[in-house]
Amino acid sequence: MSELTLLLIRLAFLAVLWFFVIAAVGVIRTDLFGSRTAAAAPARKAPKPVKPPAKPKKGEPRQMVVTGGPLQGTTITLSETPITIGRANDATLVVTDDYASSRHARLFPQDGQWIVEDLGSTNGTYLDRSKVTRPTPVPLGVPIRIGKTVIELRK
Amino acid sequence: MSAPTVSTPGAEAVPLPAKRRVAQLVMLAFAVLIVMAAYAAVGMGIDQKIPSGMLTYGLGLGGFMLAAYLVLARFAPWADPLILPLVTLINGLGLVMIYRLEVGAGGRGGASATTQLLWTAVGVVVFTVTLIVLRDHRALQRLTYTAGAAGLLLLVSPLLPVLGQEINGARIWIGLAGFTLQPAELAKLALVIFFAGYLVAKRDVLALAGRRLLFIDLPRARDLGPILITWGLSLGVLILQKDLGSSLLIFGTFIAMLYIATQRTSWVLIGILLFVGGAILAGMVFSHVQDRFTVYLNPEDPALYDRVGGSAQLLEGLFGMSQGGILGTGLGQGHPGLIPLAFSDFIFAAIGEELGLTGLMALLMVYGLLVERGLRTSIAARDPFSKLLAGGLSFLLAWQVFIIVGGVTNLIPLTGLVTPFMSQGGSALLANWILIALLVRMSDAARKPPPQAIQDEGLTQVFQR
Repeated sequence: MSELTLLLIRLAFLAVLWFFVIAAVGVIRTDLFGSRTAAAAPARKAPKPVKPPAKPKKGEPRQMVVTGGPLQGTTITLSETPITIGRANDATLVVTDDYASSRHARLFPQDGQWIVEDLGSTNGTYLDRSKVTRPTPVPLGVPIRIGKTVIELRK
Repeated sequence: MSAPTVSTPGAEAVPLPAKRRVAQLVMLAFAVLIVMAAYAAVGMGIDQKIPSGMLTYGLGLGGFMLAAYLVLARFAPWADPLILPLVTLINGLGLVMIYRLEVGAGGRGGASATTQLLWTAVGVVVFTVTLIVLRDHRALQRLTYTAGAAGLLLLVSPLLPVLGQEINGARIWIGLAGFTLQPAELAKLALVIFFAGYLVAKRDVLALAGRRLLFIDLPRARDLGPILITWGLSLGVLILQKDLGSSLLIFGTFIAMLYIATQRTSWVLIGILLFVGGAILAGMVFSHVQDRFTVYLNPEDPALYDRVGGSAQLLEGLFGMSQGGILGTGLGQGHPGLIPLAFSDFIFAAIGEELGLTGLMALLMVYGLLVERGLRTSIAARDPFSKLLAGGLSFLLAWQVFIIVGGVTNLIPLTGLVTPFMSQGGSALLANWILIALLVRMSDAARKPPPQAIQDEGLTQVFQR
């Protein structure tokens, strides 16, 4: 076995090792931004909602982001299923907060909008500054306050 | 744009997060292939032919991982696609290195790739069993104090008269029916579960009460209890078991979790002060801690080199890595056998010699990505307990790699810890596979789309999980 072969084996192995690392980073990248075809297509053909909401929207909200409180940073990808928020263990977003009720509020999609509904909580749910008394549509980027937790919808 | 019909646009417009099973399988196969290539390279380097064991070891590892993958696809389909492949690569490279050291030493010297492969198999079995049994990780929250008690018991068990055994100057083993186990490895997991459960319950009082002094919020004196108790615990480990590594690991992890829970820098500062104080105190009182410091400051001293338990191991490791240089000597072509215990504590130095800086950096990147996936799970988790547990477990892994790699490269004083998934040793491998199972379970819960409502309206809702 010549020196050259061994050198080539050595370099090839290191290259393959790094290729693995790069491939792993690639998987993470797709995970974060979605694969190009899957992410770009719905963004372009997102239909306008039937009833125009208070603010003009550029598209559907795609995720719910916790922007304040102990769970800050949590992101939930929205699908067509409703999201419950509360202290109960089976809530979609479980908040441990003395100011939250076990079943505090619910977010659900209707005709392309997301509606927030207070489920009879003790301390109330606030959309921006106003208390939510009946199911109210949630515009993009407007904070919903539940106890110490603040969430908002984002594209 | 034409007038759209009334429908539920959410159904098509919002893509569900993908399960990424194919990506996972491809990466897994890639990792196993790299490991087999490494076996082949070792054989070529040592005696110019592909070793007969390559297929056995490679297919063995591949088989275990395929089994783990199938269980994962069945019981945690939404789990992070990268965790398992990354662990496979690290574990596999560790196996190759141990095999290489065993062949290089002619079967003497304590390195045994077969034993390690066997323990890997046990690790994978434990991984799958954990995934199958533990369907909802939040069940662990109910075991907060049980886990704490179990952790303490495991920590002190080596001190018990009949059970405990002292090997290589550290009393951290227990003998059970012919096997020796390091219970501290499992104790770490139990303690992280305890810390997570405890901090979820107590974090408000730890985060909110207190006075502000200059730039930092100081906690109240009576809230210092938990941190002082953990400090005492880690000092106890240090004094009674002469185990520097575990002591540093437990205390550091607790500080990190306290910081994650309260987001207050003052806890980190208090922790560092307590640790430095404790270390100086221990350095003055106990000779074995002092020895580590002298070796750390002056490994080149010939007198220290010749002493038993002196700097020989550290210095040989440094020599080996310098021999490797940027590109390494090539697998099977270096002399990592010269480093004492190269198959356990110093496997990182052995890899550094044969794969060079390039290989070490790739390896550290793989560890880094693994920790990143764990922290990502923590950010995405939907309840505070999983957030803390995932954050704590990821930090435990990162901290462990830092302590041992820092020790081997003489960045910090050397403390005996295993390199996760690489060093020879069953208990550590077992504990780390359980850790990975917990991370996988939590990433599954975090990435799963929200539960489906069976009924549509009404206050009482039934959810299908």
